[in-house]
Amino acid sequence: MVDIRISVKNLTVYFEEQNAALKDINLDIYANEILGIIGPASSGKTTFLRTLNRLNDIHPDFKFEGEVLLDDKDIYKRNVGNLRKKVGMVFAMPNPLPMSIFDNLAYGPRMSGIKDKKSLEELVINSLQAAYLFDEVKDRLHKPALMLSGGQQQRLCIARTLANEPEVILFDEPCSGLDPISTAKVEDAMQKLKEKYTLILVTNNTKQAARVCDRTAFFLLGELIEIDNTATIFTVPSDKRTEDYVTGRFG
Amino acid sequence: MNLKQIREFIIEKAIFLCGLVSIIGIILIFVFLIKEGGSFFLKESLRDFLLGIHWYPTSTPAKFGILPLILGSLLVTGAAISIAVPLGVAGAIFIAEIAKGSLKEFLKSSVELIQAIPSVVLGFLGAKALGGYVMDWFNLSSGLTAFTAALLLAFMALPTIISVMEDAITAVPKRYRESALAMGSTKWQAIYRVVLPAAASGMAAAIMLGIGRAIGETMVVAMASGNAAIIPGFPSGILGPVKTLTATIATETAEASGRHIQSLFAIAIALFLITLGVNVSADFLVHKKKVK
Amino acid sequence: MRINPRHTEKFIFGSLFSVSLIILVPISWVLLITLKYGLSVINLDFLTKSPTFNAGGGIYPAILGTILLVIGTIVVSLPIGLGAAIYLSEYSSKNLLTRIIRIGIISLAGVPSIVYGLFGFSFFVLFLGFDKSLLAGALTLSLMILPVVITASREAIDAVPEHFREVSLSLGATKWQTIRHAVIPHALSGILTGTILGIGRAAGETAPILLIASAWLVNTPTSVVGRGGRFMALPNYLYSTYALVGKSMENPNTPYGIALVLMLLVFLITLPAIIIRAKLRKERKW
Repeated sequence: MVDIRISVKNLTVYFEEQNAALKDINLDIYANEILGIIGPASSGKTTFLRTLNRLNDIHPDFKFEGEVLLDDKDIYKRNVGNLRKKVGMVFAMPNPLPMSIFDNLAYGPRMSGIKDKKSLEELVINSLQAAYLFDEVKDRLHKPALMLSGGQQQRLCIARTLANEPEVILFDEPCSGLDPISTAKVEDAMQKLKEKYTLILVTNNTKQAARVCDRTAFFLLGELIEIDNTATIFTVPSDKRTEDYVTGRFG
Repeated sequence: MNLKQIREFIIEKAIFLCGLVSIIGIILIFVFLIKEGGSFFLKESLRDFLLGIHWYPTSTPAKFGILPLILGSLLVTGAAISIAVPLGVAGAIFIAEIAKGSLKEFLKSSVELIQAIPSVVLGFLGAKALGGYVMDWFNLSSGLTAFTAALLLAFMALPTIISVMEDAITAVPKRYRESALAMGSTKWQAIYRVVLPAAASGMAAAIMLGIGRAIGETMVVAMASGNAAIIPGFPSGILGPVKTLTATIATETAEASGRHIQSLFAIAIALFLITLGVNVSADFLVHKKKVK
Repeated sequence: MRINPRHTEKFIFGSLFSVSLIILVPISWVLLITLKYGLSVINLDFLTKSPTFNAGGGIYPAILGTILLVIGTIVVSLPIGLGAAIYLSEYSSKNLLTRIIRIGIISLAGVPSIVYGLFGFSFFVLFLGFDKSLLAGALTLSLMILPVVITASREAIDAVPEHFREVSLSLGATKWQTIRHAVIPHALSGILTGTILGIGRAAGETAPILLIASAWLVNTPTSVVGRGGRFMALPNYLYSTYALVGKSMENPNTPYGIALVLMLLVFLITLPAIIIRAKLRKERKW
């Protein structure tokens, strides 16, 4: 019996009157899996991700129908700040705030009210270790985060969400700006992280999905076409459109 | 709601109130001007006020015709703008398109520096020093003339005109210039035929803002224009004294009472409406350009 | 005969260059002339004593008055202006109210200084009963420079990259926390610079406080409102000594001295702003 972490029911999203960015999405996300979301540009993958942590709320024209449940509770009935701590997000381009490494990681906890120096230090160190970044930065925790390389910055961003002690982590094309070595490090980190967390990975790189994800969902023009075990999606998908995409007939 | 949410709510309401202050402020100003100046029109007709050619507020019987004051303001402003606009256009084009690096920075800072000179200082220097020169150059009995004031006003309006025009010129997309140059024109031809027309509404806005600045200026005209509420002759009136709407209020309020004070508030209403119209139109022109 | 366009260009550019330099002439003239006649007047007594009836003595109360006025104006205009800017940049949506607020700001910016003077007197001094006090003066000047503070703050806030806000929100911070910790700190230099430049101009204004500042006081203010709040201001004192010309002004160069001190004060106020802004342009970390 699999635990369902997030349940999406009949989700339709609009940013402008006639054009739905997402059309009637139904899917469940299981605990401790890595769910991949693939599809060509403008399929709604990022919109879908940002609905899960209510980041779309900041857009003035955002409207939606349907519901999203986190642990059986509607995310719109929860406190949004708490929701976003439980559902963390790593963005496509590494974006540390212009402050020290330590302050970047301590930002989330401080906003929650944790002021005690020792607790903060513990959180920071643990998060850095979980993101496989600690050894590389342990001597310069109070130096500016922007001095790190791209790959290090992205792992910093992962550590940043970990410092909030989330349950689900959303990855929005996290390796698009990274070289292959940094990409490999991030993918390794993700494999380790799924032991404790549930991960959702939006990626443009089908090979990455094949490497990393347990299940994969294929989105096309705002619709969920198919969702299944990764192996199935990439070898014997049910829908022709899925097959065309994963074999590279269109992209 | 917990403590954090309550704090957040109060802060948001306070911020909203701050946003309202500007509306509250402008409404209050309008209300209080009407309160004091409106009662003037209970006993005087608008026609006599606007078109009357005698401003004798302290005589018996008092006369409150502001036509000489309106003409005084127009004359000084018109002369100031005629001097400031060509200089401003030249300066703006030079700074925006031709000057580079430290020369550009130096000129921009100098123009800003002009704004830092207090108007009362300019008015004082204008009255004493510049007035002396004007008196000598034109063989007049006094250097306190519309011309003197106009020179000073032109100088004061210059930073506004130059910076708004410079913004308008810089905002013209690079590709306009590039296409002109690619077709063989010289840099000046590109500026003159392509960039300036594209920046036209911004430049018009700059002129309007300069006019608004000049009409509303008080101390310089109070000190340097001679303060004689007469109808200026044309064209010799420019070398004689005039009295502007702003200077009238500045010089007469301290010792005015009764209907005189009310008439001064009435002038303030007129000034308020004129400058409001000029500035709102100028803003409209600036934003009309940005929407493109 | 067709004129070679290149010659036209050289000629025009040359003229534009000279014209731009012409602009520099009056500035230099102002500075030189004030220095020439004003320096002779300034000595320790001038700066530390009170004025006598014929513009002799010193200008200390006016210096103090202007400084107090400047402080009061910062205290009032900065929080309100910043608050309004935050509202417009971060909270407001594109509705009618926002447009009205914007028109309000533009309108305030266009009101002539003497109209502020009449308003400040009839509203703060008379209607609210603050008397011709520092409070009335500071409130009037604050209203006058509010558009400057709001505009400068808005520009600084809008320049902060959007992803700072997204990151902060995605880490669970509330909207106000995001503004306070992820936006304002990076807009601070711009906010302060714009405000200080506005204050510098306010310090030199005569008309808005024409009916509020006292023409001549021996004592300095003892309170913020009421009779004890009466104050002198440098620009207004310069104006009233000018009016004494021809009468028995003790030293006819006194107004130049006042002008010099006033410009020095404005310069001292605006200098930090200009330095901060130059530093800011170099140091931007994103």
